[in-house]
Amino acid sequence: MLFYSFFKSLVGKEVVIELKNDLSIAGILHSVDQYLNVKLTEVQVLDPEKYPHIQSVTSAFVRGSVIRYIQLPPDDVDTQLLQEATRKEVTQPRKE
Amino acid sequence: MDISIVNNDFYLSGIATLVDDIDKQLMVILRDGRTLIAFLRSLDQFGNLVLHQAFERICVGQQYADIPRGLFVIRGENVLLIGELDYRKPLRVPLFEVSIEEILKLQKEDLEKKERIEKLRQKAMVEHGLVDDGNPIEEHY
Repeated sequence: MLFYSFFKSLVGKEVVIELKNDLSIAGILHSVDQYLNVKLTEVQVLDPEKYPHIQSVTSAFVRGSVIRYIQLPPDDVDTQLLQEATRKEVTQPRKE
Repeated sequence: MDISIVNNDFYLSGIATLVDDIDKQLMVILRDGRTLIAFLRSLDQFGNLVLHQAFERICVGQQYADIPRGLFVIRGENVLLIGELDYRKPLRVPLFEVSIEEILKLQKEDLEKKERIEKLRQKAMVEHGLVDDGNPIEEHY
């Protein structure tokens, strides 16, 4: 659940999603769920010459299993906090 | 802020956000590279979709054509992207509609060209003693 929480803290930020079929789209992170399915608003295709038909898409739902990378704004990622959260998750496994 | 604590406040996330898009015309891109434009009629928690009055949009270069395909029931795993469309959005690369016959001809030529390049690539890789790992999108599921 760590990465789910992490991505939830990035809602509203601009991200670039690269899919496994090499399609890259930029947009504002609108929501994310436990499978890391992602919803973006204000979508822009980074390679409109290659994918001209996707240009008219304004908001998009992307299935988590087809995502290769998510590029994040570096200033909005607190690596210190992320390290602490990771350590916490490892040392105190969640009770279910 | 402690990001290791999951916020359990009820809000629609994930596939449930698509409930708002029911009966809207959406663009669905599938894992095999096909692009469908259709009305979303139903979906479930797995992302399986029912698409009504679907058109398959074939795009080659800056030309495109829509082929009527009717009703689709799509298993969720085959979906890459579900997008909302706004035809008023300015296009950086303009698109021109052509006839279905023409786009099929263009698509065939494009496919043959890609196959030729792929064959050359495979040949070059084998000559250098490399093994092709195939199409990543088909491999890693």
